[in-house]
Amino acid sequence: MKISSLIAVVSQENIDTDQIIPARFLKVTDKVGIGQHLFEDRPEFQVTKGPEILVAGNNFGCGSSREHAVWALKDFGFKAVISTSFADIFRQNSLKNGLLPVVVDSTIHALLKPGMRATVDLAAQALSIDNGPTVTFPIDSFSKTCILEGLDEIGYVLKHDDVISAYENANP
Amino acid sequence: MKTLYDKIWDAHVVVPETDAPAIIYIDLHLIHEVTTPQAFAGLKERGLKVRRTDKTVGTMDHSIPTSSRSLTGFDEMAAKQVQALAANCAEFGVPLYDLNSTRQGIVHVIGPELGLTQPGRTIVCGDSHTSTHGAFGALAHGIGTSEVEMVLATQCLLQRKSKNFRVKFDGRLQPGVTAKDMILALIAKIGTGGGTGHVFEFTGSTVRALDMDARMTICNMSIEGGARAGLVAPDDTTFQYVAGREFAPREAAWEQALARWKKLPSDDDAYFDQSVTIDGSSLEPMITYGTNPGMAIPLTARVPQPATREDAEALRYMALEPGQPMLGHPVDVVFIGSCTNSRLSDLRSAARILRGLKVNPRVRMLVVPGSYEVKRQAEAEGLDRVFRDAGAEWREAGCSMCIAMNGDSVPTGKTSVSTSNRNFEGRQGRGARTLLASPLTAAASAVEGRVADPRRYEGVA
Repeated sequence: MKISSLIAVVSQENIDTDQIIPARFLKVTDKVGIGQHLFEDRPEFQVTKGPEILVAGNNFGCGSSREHAVWALKDFGFKAVISTSFADIFRQNSLKNGLLPVVVDSTIHALLKPGMRATVDLAAQALSIDNGPTVTFPIDSFSKTCILEGLDEIGYVLKHDDVISAYENANP
Repeated sequence: MKTLYDKIWDAHVVVPETDAPAIIYIDLHLIHEVTTPQAFAGLKERGLKVRRTDKTVGTMDHSIPTSSRSLTGFDEMAAKQVQALAANCAEFGVPLYDLNSTRQGIVHVIGPELGLTQPGRTIVCGDSHTSTHGAFGALAHGIGTSEVEMVLATQCLLQRKSKNFRVKFDGRLQPGVTAKDMILALIAKIGTGGGTGHVFEFTGSTVRALDMDARMTICNMSIEGGARAGLVAPDDTTFQYVAGREFAPREAAWEQALARWKKLPSDDDAYFDQSVTIDGSSLEPMITYGTNPGMAIPLTARVPQPATREDAEALRYMALEPGQPMLGHPVDVVFIGSCTNSRLSDLRSAARILRGLKVNPRVRMLVVPGSYEVKRQAEAEGLDRVFRDAGAEWREAGCSMCIAMNGDSVPTGKTSVSTSNRNFEGRQGRGARTLLASPLTAAASAVEGRVADPRRYEGVA
């Protein structure tokens, strides 16, 4: 999985999932078209279609556990988000939807400006900034395999059905 | 040499962590209408069943009306979502406490109330405030919808272990200072990302002295400090609360459970990756002034000078000036409710201030009990009369104005004092300005039409 694209930048810190997708859009029973409401109440972020990489401020995705935030980013067209840190639940939700949470240090983060291009290479765990440095980023090894090989996590756990049953029998 | 978290984790490992995350068993899965339709759709696509319908419980809380229990004439999309939960629960055999059930309520209020929430259990729900249940010494955290689907299908989660973070509060709280003020003080100290990657354990004499409702308020907002879960070690206060509840163990099973639960507290020499200590006796009532729960100050303090561009933007959104005192700031709406502060003791606190007084004419005040049962008990004590006589609206149970999905919202540009958990931009309605505070502070502010100090009221100070 290699994403080469223009970057969009939302530099504010602590962007919570209510900003990514306001609660009034959570009344849906599917995921169709949810991207049209991405950042709907934050027009000043000036996020437009095209870039596949979003650069966001520290502690991105804090607050509500709504996976709708990840679905909205994906549906809008983003494939990776770069920040100095992500909230735990948001990071989990991202990985489960193949939206790459790329953590970089603040020096690299500061280099990323609107209008620049970058490449995120999951296999190499590398972020290359066009006309700039290339750095590696950490990612959960299991999630990486799941995304690269299209491995289904529920299918993986279901393969342990006998072990789960044994646990249930031992802990009634 | 284990923490409470270590012990619960170890007892629930089905497959240990290797290159792959551990497979962890889930004892209780709570579900609601907003974060489950896509998960049930996934199950149907795969042709899977719900593995343990006896460990899964559904209720309706987020998008439901609180003005009545009827969906007739209500928001069509919300009604459709509520009906989808009912259809899914019926199809998959999951027990559901719907709008007509006497067990209905905010998912984090009914779990403890029914005795489903028990020490040592692993509890998940597609809602970040699942951390509430940690007050019982249960490992409880929010999950996304993909994880909801996984737990429905397998009763397990793929998890990597978090780190341990001890939060110690020592000393006796001053009159008028509550659990809400403790947790706001913590988040103000460590920031909204301070607990990322960690599980909090709340310890110390201040925490020990709290009743279960207050412990739930603290654990509830663990997620606002970045920790997915927060824990309080179970003790006699916990056991007394659980004993005799509908789904609590009985007789011999109770004795066995009690023996197990008493072994849960962290060992004396257990290792914590991080620790912070707060002097409980020096805390004051707290209030937020910005657009995240970490932007909180003592009620008597002045709005701080912005340190960053974000701080300045937050003050602009809130229409607050640096250096301005919070006390006396005009208030348009007061909301008493949410999974943070909608339990009986919260309503009693608010009623203590409001008894015999009137809500200021400039203020709309909404009191929304956390569950059908809280509502019933409050009415049996006459608390509904206190609120109604004061001019507040007394509602049916639900999440209501905390998340503003159901039509209960704060108008654009208006300021609310809210007992809920999030003051994010637009959280209580587009353009709404939220000040988070305790039920005492909220009630005093309703009376005065301005941010007010509850310690000036009889029976508080």
